[in-house]
Amino acid sequence: MLYQEFSTMTDLNKLTLKKAQKLVAEKEVTAAEIQQACIDKIKEVNGKLNIFLSHLDAPVTASEGSLHSLPIAVKDNVCTLDFPTTASSKVLEGYRPPYEASIIRKVKEAGGVILGKTNLDAWAHGSSTETSDFGRTLNPRNPDHLPGGSSGGSAAAVASDTCIIAIGTETAGSIRQPSAWCGVVGLKPTYGRVSRYGIAAMASSTDSPGPIAKTVEDAATLLDIMAGHDPFDATSNPAEHPVFSNSLNKKISGMKVGVLYQDLEGLEEVRPYIDAASKILEDLGAEVEYAQALDPHYAISVYTIAQRAEVSSNLARYTGIRYGNDRSHFGDEAKRRIMLGTHALRKGYADKYYLTAQKVRAKFALDFEELFKKYDVLISASSPTFAQKIGASESSSMFGELADMLQEPSSICGLPGINVPVFRDPETNLFLGLNIVAPAWREDLVIQFGDAYEKATSWNSWRNND
Amino acid sequence: MSATISKKLVDEIAHLANIPLSDKELSSITKAFDETLQVIDNLSEIDTTGIEPAHHTTGLENIMREDVVDNERMFSQEEALSQAKKTNGGYFVVPRILHND
Repeated sequence: MLYQEFSTMTDLNKLTLKKAQKLVAEKEVTAAEIQQACIDKIKEVNGKLNIFLSHLDAPVTASEGSLHSLPIAVKDNVCTLDFPTTASSKVLEGYRPPYEASIIRKVKEAGGVILGKTNLDAWAHGSSTETSDFGRTLNPRNPDHLPGGSSGGSAAAVASDTCIIAIGTETAGSIRQPSAWCGVVGLKPTYGRVSRYGIAAMASSTDSPGPIAKTVEDAATLLDIMAGHDPFDATSNPAEHPVFSNSLNKKISGMKVGVLYQDLEGLEEVRPYIDAASKILEDLGAEVEYAQALDPHYAISVYTIAQRAEVSSNLARYTGIRYGNDRSHFGDEAKRRIMLGTHALRKGYADKYYLTAQKVRAKFALDFEELFKKYDVLISASSPTFAQKIGASESSSMFGELADMLQEPSSICGLPGINVPVFRDPETNLFLGLNIVAPAWREDLVIQFGDAYEKATSWNSWRNND
Repeated sequence: MSATISKKLVDEIAHLANIPLSDKELSSITKAFDETLQVIDNLSEIDTTGIEPAHHTTGLENIMREDVVDNERMFSQEEALSQAKKTNGGYFVVPRILHND
């Protein structure tokens, strides 16, 4: 269904964050009713779709704040006091963190309620949510297909209306690619904009937590709460951040857009819709043209080496001594990544692999620097294809990197980006996504463009709720 | 590129990374290693002469703090031990790594 009418109390789970905030503030409905509607929906669909690994059984009240006790789904690699935190790995099965992530503290202080913890590729290693040690998640738009990943559970939670809004994490595509495949909005902030403290570290030089939402406006609202300096994360940016919701409802006329990667092979499914989106941005007054960038295939290699190297270091801490289970409990994908990273950092190999990768990474950063001299934002497809069929990730050890190819250049450079739905196939009910990327620390631009595009089109399935 | 990774090398890496592997896993991981190394081999095509490696890219520099006790982040002994499978007299129990023989 493209458009679902908000009509009865049982539809409260379908509310956008903005609408829910308004209705609760005006005492039209209570947050408890909205939480209950989400819990009921979880109980209805979770047995089949496997989105939540743990969740509330009854409504709870949070502290006073702008989030009004509204329910938020959180990826299970984020430490919470109220629920176990497993990163979807049997190594952490049953683990109850004695502390919580800074972003959870911030969300709670703003009045948010953690509704439950969502499934992911184990340790966030993947782009399908099939490598979870607790079973794959199915795409709520069409359960024969994958939700993408690694934040597949959070994207599926939004798409299935089992929550009002969700939190994901991205290293290279893990917010935007599942958002594209599930037909929702996913915002990956600049590296360092949102604290990583209390999140199971994967690739420390790129990990970025961010909102997965029903609309761009909702994403901007949650980012305003999640963002900001955290003394517990030495790479978090000490600078004040702008109010991101101020970038909504702004004109984009006269602004410059570069369109990337349309000439690559393998983009047949998505290419026409990115051209159509370019035309819409042009109709809104932006100056749009094709731009040339470094071939993203090289970014796959940089990311594969750097990410595996950082994984081998970060996952060395899981020994089963202080918490969790021993290293025999790692799944196949984690074993492969730890070992490849160990190899890439070994004496005699580190120069060939790791150092070369970091030099090519610098080349990508220089390439973007040049591009942003000419363009305010860059756009491309979020993923080369529609959501793939279940089982697809087992076909290749590089499945994730190929699915995330269009995100990896900007991810290795720490840049912010957003996915907005750009097409829905009426036959399959599957979506494609548009990826909008801006210079570092310019989330305001991706929000401005995402919001303008969303409001000029009808692809967002919640917009009519407003 | 031909296969350059032997099972022996993969076994050695598994030992370094402290990853227990079955024979079947050793074979499948050796194959996956080869696939991955072939994909990432394209980096040699890029000229990186004179380029400094970028370990991260947003321009932030190391941030120092005063070396003081931060009570907000301190666990009690009970909290610190609460998730361990084996404890003894307020300590973690660790596997023996030094042997007399």
